[in-house]
Amino acid sequence: MKLLRLVPNNTNFDFLRIKVVAFFFSLIILSVTFISLIINNLNYGIDFKGGILLELRSKNLNTPNINELREKISTLNAGEVSIQNFGKDTDFLVRIQKQEGNQKEQIAMIEKVKSLTDKDYTVRRSEFVGPVVGDELKTAGIYAVSLALLSIMIYIWFRFEWQFSIAAILALIHDVLTTIGLFSILQLEFNLATIAAILTTAGYSINDTVVIFDRVRENLRRYKSKTHYFIYNKSINETLSRTVITSVTTLLALFIIFFFGGAVLSDFALAMIWGVIIGTFSSIFVAVSLLTYFNINKGEKVDDRTNVPEYEREN
Amino acid sequence: MKSLSKIRFILIIVSVIIGIVYSVPNFLKKSQQDQSFNFLPGKKINLGLDLQGGSYLLLKAKMDVVFAEKLESLLSDIRSSLRKSKVGYKKLTIQDDTISFQKRKGFSNDKIKSIIFSLDKNLIVENKLNSFFIKFSEQNKINITKSTMTQAIEIVRRRIDETGTNEPSIQQQGTDRIIVQLPGLDDPSRIKKLLGKTAKLTFQLAHPSIFPEDLNKESKAPPGFVKLQEDKNPDRFYMINKRVMVSGEMLKDASPTFDRNNSPSVSFQLSPLGGKKFGRVTGKNIGRAFAIVLDGKVVSAPVIQTQIFSTGQITGTFTVQETNDLALVLRSGALPAPMVILEERSVGPGLGSDSIAAGKIASVFGLIAVMVFMLITYGMFGIFANIALICNIIFIIALLSFLQATLTLPGIAGIVLTMGMAVDANVLIFERIKEEFNLGRNILEAIEAGFQRAISTIIDANLTTLFAALALFSFGSGPIKGFSVTLMIGIATSMFTAIVITKYIVLLYSKRKGINSVFLQG
Repeated sequence: MKLLRLVPNNTNFDFLRIKVVAFFFSLIILSVTFISLIINNLNYGIDFKGGILLELRSKNLNTPNINELREKISTLNAGEVSIQNFGKDTDFLVRIQKQEGNQKEQIAMIEKVKSLTDKDYTVRRSEFVGPVVGDELKTAGIYAVSLALLSIMIYIWFRFEWQFSIAAILALIHDVLTTIGLFSILQLEFNLATIAAILTTAGYSINDTVVIFDRVRENLRRYKSKTHYFIYNKSINETLSRTVITSVTTLLALFIIFFFGGAVLSDFALAMIWGVIIGTFSSIFVAVSLLTYFNINKGEKVDDRTNVPEYEREN
Repeated sequence: MKSLSKIRFILIIVSVIIGIVYSVPNFLKKSQQDQSFNFLPGKKINLGLDLQGGSYLLLKAKMDVVFAEKLESLLSDIRSSLRKSKVGYKKLTIQDDTISFQKRKGFSNDKIKSIIFSLDKNLIVENKLNSFFIKFSEQNKINITKSTMTQAIEIVRRRIDETGTNEPSIQQQGTDRIIVQLPGLDDPSRIKKLLGKTAKLTFQLAHPSIFPEDLNKESKAPPGFVKLQEDKNPDRFYMINKRVMVSGEMLKDASPTFDRNNSPSVSFQLSPLGGKKFGRVTGKNIGRAFAIVLDGKVVSAPVIQTQIFSTGQITGTFTVQETNDLALVLRSGALPAPMVILEERSVGPGLGSDSIAAGKIASVFGLIAVMVFMLITYGMFGIFANIALICNIIFIIALLSFLQATLTLPGIAGIVLTMGMAVDANVLIFERIKEEFNLGRNILEAIEAGFQRAISTIIDANLTTLFAALALFSFGSGPIKGFSVTLMIGIATSMFTAIVITKYIVLLYSKRKGINSVFLQG
């Protein structure tokens, strides 16, 4: 059987030669992220903003009319209302801003929408998040992402050298920021699931980075006489096949969630598809490239497990 | 070869069998599970509310209201204690969160302090010249909050149980919050209404000569009286005596019924003590109106016709549903604090089952896609990886069932994602073996060295991912927590399958077939 080879054996690409181009690319997407955040901000979902959300399905499958629904709901004078198709032609997502007054008004509004649309629509989901909870969730989200980054940084510091930890964390911040940027540019709803997607992406990206770093550490000891430049490039090439294959299997799974997982999961999957791609890019072009700016000692810290026997070393 | 020991083989087989036994119930229909397979120890995976449909409510007790009430009652306790000890005082009032009064001349400060501390030693008492200021300490507030919450959870549970909701889950969160989860209930409006009432019921006499006809918004209440709104008509007011004749705690039972005019009403029965008290007051006040006050509003104010003892009727302008609910909340007792709903999420059964269907399709397709890809990339190695992947999925399902973790829609996404990421450990191993082989080792050496080297990378890579999953878990909220749990389980099982199962299969195969590089081709 002829097997599929995505990456040929013994590649020898000079990845680091284009590191300036890659940095420039990162700079561009980071700038776009910041500009978009300033102009568009994020399209916060009710999880963070507070407010009301209803998912409606038309009972009459042939003639769901979004304008009619819009007009109907506008009679409630509910303030800012957004109505959009959700997954199917018959399904709509109705978002209503937080109402003036206390909780009673919010709950009354849900009831009003329900009774107004009762004849033609079934309510598939209704959510209400108070502003207090929204703020708390926002804080918790920021804490969670910071906590994840910090613990990863400490672990890598502990297992590798501090230079690795800084390079890895900058690559991770790069991934997290550009994923947030994607949500700002496409104005996708930024909600709890997005935080989950960002953290999973961070997990995936660090996984990728660690695999390459592991190889760098090993090669630093193995090829003591070679330049750092050579060692970094060799390490990327040696792990390239694994990097590509794992990205492909993960992307396969994610695309399937994107297309078949239903409307609720599609944004979630999209965020992670972006995350896997940018995470793979950043492991090579941000994390390893950054290492070239440090002068890392070769094999100062001898670790028995990765200590290479004399006969295997070059020279 | 050490790694091919019988013990290892038995360990693998046993763990796979246990995995299958615990995951099988998830693939059975309810009836099959009950009849033919009732010998299986495992239970089905707990489905989250987003999959099975249901409602989630986050309630907060308004503790400031409770503190204010407790301060009021502390004020009257102080008054009676001072009187009892014959201490002269004046200007005993409450301002914001502080009770203050001035002593009259000739009483010692220490004596007054000890009188107050005898009521509650945790109070904060300040004394400036002749003035005293009394406040609740943090410890007081903690104690009040604790007892209020215990009672509130009990009352919430009673009210929800009375509606016949299946398997509700009611738990405290933080200091002053309650999470209510109602599986299968997609419209919680009745529950919200029931929990929205504190249901403080009191019977109080009305003013003998000031009638609703005499009152408007601007009217002031004479001392000892209070002006209250009518429940159904906010423009109608009653002048009510502040003294409570009988209160809701003395109720023994309440049930919906119809009055003489055949309109819906609620009949109640008082406890023996309450009945005695009620009889005494009604006997003395025949001909006068008494008000039935619920949560600070007058439900009705009938005129006392005869002496009433333990049973009576609450009439008013009710619908049948309202009398059902009123009877229910009266039976369950008053909530010690008003509740506000901070968050509500309800998923209908339609969306839930659609989500399950989408999750199933995504899982099956994801599995097939990854397996086909591994096969065409690695050939025989791919088959090994796929066997490991299937074992991995069995373990994930078994662990989720065994731990009775809650599977949410993001959790299903987590499983599909794990399928993609779980092969990573195998990929790392195979790539490493291939490299070692290409360095000129023989195949068995290459396998040993490949595993040895890859394992350190696998552990580093997975531990860092685990940190992200742990952060996610600490982040907390329902569906996201479910996602992080599946992710963590996936990390653990994929490490186990790669390091133990894949290795065993690879060694077994290469031993049986002899030294053979067939699966390293390409």
